[in-house]
Amino acid sequence: MESSLQLKELPETYNDQVVRLFILAAAVWGVGGTALGVLAASQLAWPVLNFDISWLTFSRIRPNHTFAIIFAFGGSALMGTCYYVVQRTCHTRLAFGKLATFTFWGWQTAVFLALATIPFGITQSKEYAEPEWPIDILIAVVWVSFGVVFFGTLARRRIQHIYVANWYYAAFIVAVGLLHIVNNLVLPVTLTKSYPIYSGAVDAMVQWWYGHNAVAFFLTAGFLGMMYYFVPRQAQQPLWSYRFSIVNFWALISVYMWAGSHHLIYTSLPDWVQSVGMVFSIILLVPSLGSAANGLLTFNGSWDKLRTDPAVKFMVVALVFYAASTFEGSMLAIKSANALSHYTDWTVAHVHSGAIGWVAMITIGSVYAMAPRALGRPMHSVAAMNLHFWMHIIGLLMYVVAMWISGITAGKMWFATDTNGQLVYSFMESLRAMHPYYVIRFLGGTLVMGGMMVMAWNLWHTAAQARANLITPIPIPVPVPEPDQVPPPLTVGGL
Amino acid sequence: MSNYKYIEAIEKNLGLFGMLLGIALTLGGLAEIVPLFYQAHTVKAAEGVKPYAPLELAGRDIYVSEGCYGCHSQQIRRLRAEVQRYGPFSRAGESVYDRPFQWGSKRTGPDLSRIGGKYSDAWHRQHLLYPRSLVPDSNMPAYKWLDTTAIDPLDIQARMKVLRILGDPYSDAEIDGALDVLQNKTELDALIAYLQGLGHAYPFKVETLKGGSHE
Repeated sequence: MESSLQLKELPETYNDQVVRLFILAAAVWGVGGTALGVLAASQLAWPVLNFDISWLTFSRIRPNHTFAIIFAFGGSALMGTCYYVVQRTCHTRLAFGKLATFTFWGWQTAVFLALATIPFGITQSKEYAEPEWPIDILIAVVWVSFGVVFFGTLARRRIQHIYVANWYYAAFIVAVGLLHIVNNLVLPVTLTKSYPIYSGAVDAMVQWWYGHNAVAFFLTAGFLGMMYYFVPRQAQQPLWSYRFSIVNFWALISVYMWAGSHHLIYTSLPDWVQSVGMVFSIILLVPSLGSAANGLLTFNGSWDKLRTDPAVKFMVVALVFYAASTFEGSMLAIKSANALSHYTDWTVAHVHSGAIGWVAMITIGSVYAMAPRALGRPMHSVAAMNLHFWMHIIGLLMYVVAMWISGITAGKMWFATDTNGQLVYSFMESLRAMHPYYVIRFLGGTLVMGGMMVMAWNLWHTAAQARANLITPIPIPVPVPEPDQVPPPLTVGGL
Repeated sequence: MSNYKYIEAIEKNLGLFGMLLGIALTLGGLAEIVPLFYQAHTVKAAEGVKPYAPLELAGRDIYVSEGCYGCHSQQIRRLRAEVQRYGPFSRAGESVYDRPFQWGSKRTGPDLSRIGGKYSDAWHRQHLLYPRSLVPDSNMPAYKWLDTTAIDPLDIQARMKVLRILGDPYSDAEIDGALDVLQNKTELDALIAYLQGLGHAYPFKVETLKGGSHE
């Protein structure tokens, strides 16, 4: 009796328990995912490291690395920050608390199952959509639950205006759900084997509509949601231009969906689709650079934070790499440039300048901004955050520059012809030329992984109070005058 | 910016926002994917292209599950150097039985669209088990377990039935005959059969041009 009375008098608080779980998961997967990448990179330089063990072989580890980074690391970071941001910007507690906790355990189970089956050959071998159908169904269930929690929370908002970060999270949730379902339509043979309902050129188009928009909505829109909240928050200044963010949002989400076919230039996909993809990829340059500029200009007046706040360092470099890699992406979608870059390490360089430069750095910056608030104390070590920054940026540059050189070298060697019009180089000659760059890439990747370990160590110490259950939930600042909220505000216990 | 009130309405109304979001997100996919189903050459098999025979099908599925697509493309682009190196460029009608498609996205190893018949079975056997014994600087992993893993004929037969539901024209005789063909075959046998069948359907003879060899 007494406790229920007390409960009513307590103010509504943020549900940060599930946020903390996702931060922990992101830190752990950050280390795991980069470790898989380092293993794969070392195998390309020194094939003896395949050890002749089937489940440790490069061709099975490489999809595990990409899946771990995108869905385990990126997914955990996105869901955690999304839950954090939507509560703060809507001034309300997360709706459906138990369902939110389910999305955490459900997502972790799904990615764990995926990562535990791919190395054993249980895979659809569609890039970034490798898991077989039972895991795909679990992913779909968790994803819909995630959507219910997010939109349920939006519906309970105390601020009528929906903040821009939430538009991006909304687009991310809806689009990824759509992409996941359409691309994974299969007819099962057994629990572990199925065939896609699409084949050949149609499958290629569906797959790269998915693959490209997984980049667009998972790795871009979601992380832009993160950016639009944490950048102004950490710069302690309003967004440079709110109107500009509106224009960029609608342009970005409507143009991105058309650009997927630039992954299939000069292939046997019908020409008109390739051209449409190329044109939209170039238009995409405008909202991409617009979003990056909006983020960067938000730091106008507080650039001095670059000296003092490691989170700001990560965010600023993240935005620079976002601008750089989307510019590169649009350029590589031009047919003649694509002819040279496609099938070479240039693609790998592009992906990693996006993934290590943009995605990982905006995540790390956001985690360093969010963790002290969610964990109830400042980060354990500022020196460790700075060390992480330098390890990450040096590793990133080594990786990307090595792959740029390697990619352009391979492209040039494959196309080189002598005065008689005959090819100059055999394929093996181009592979031999790659070896030094594969070693540098391995070293760069190792530095990035080392940085992730430093972050995990730092978070572990910062979370000491959270682990001892000493966290005081943060009360929600209710806007005055208090609006009539329909449905009514949540109690502390949530739903 | 007197028009801002319209934009503001979207930003304050979750339902309206969701509706516009839905429209923006679906147009691109609809416009680019749906017409492909009606373009004959993307969905119809090219002349001479047949569904994979049982042993080749088993091999194809091993190629898929091992992740060979991570390093080998099966798509010769319409570029002169590419045709010189690998043979006649790929046509959409050649990959209609590929589920999923195997065009790949990265060539750490060479394209395999027209690898069939270029090397002997014995070469492939040696190369898949001990790649560096034939190509000293290759960074391809060895796939030794393929030689010791047997194919399950009933499993492959079940796969053929599912593929027939999806539209691959297998006859009853082919499906019934699969069990005999697959007796005592290893995964290595199947993968080699698949590789040796690649590219044969093309009406022109696949020439080995100078510079096109792997070494």
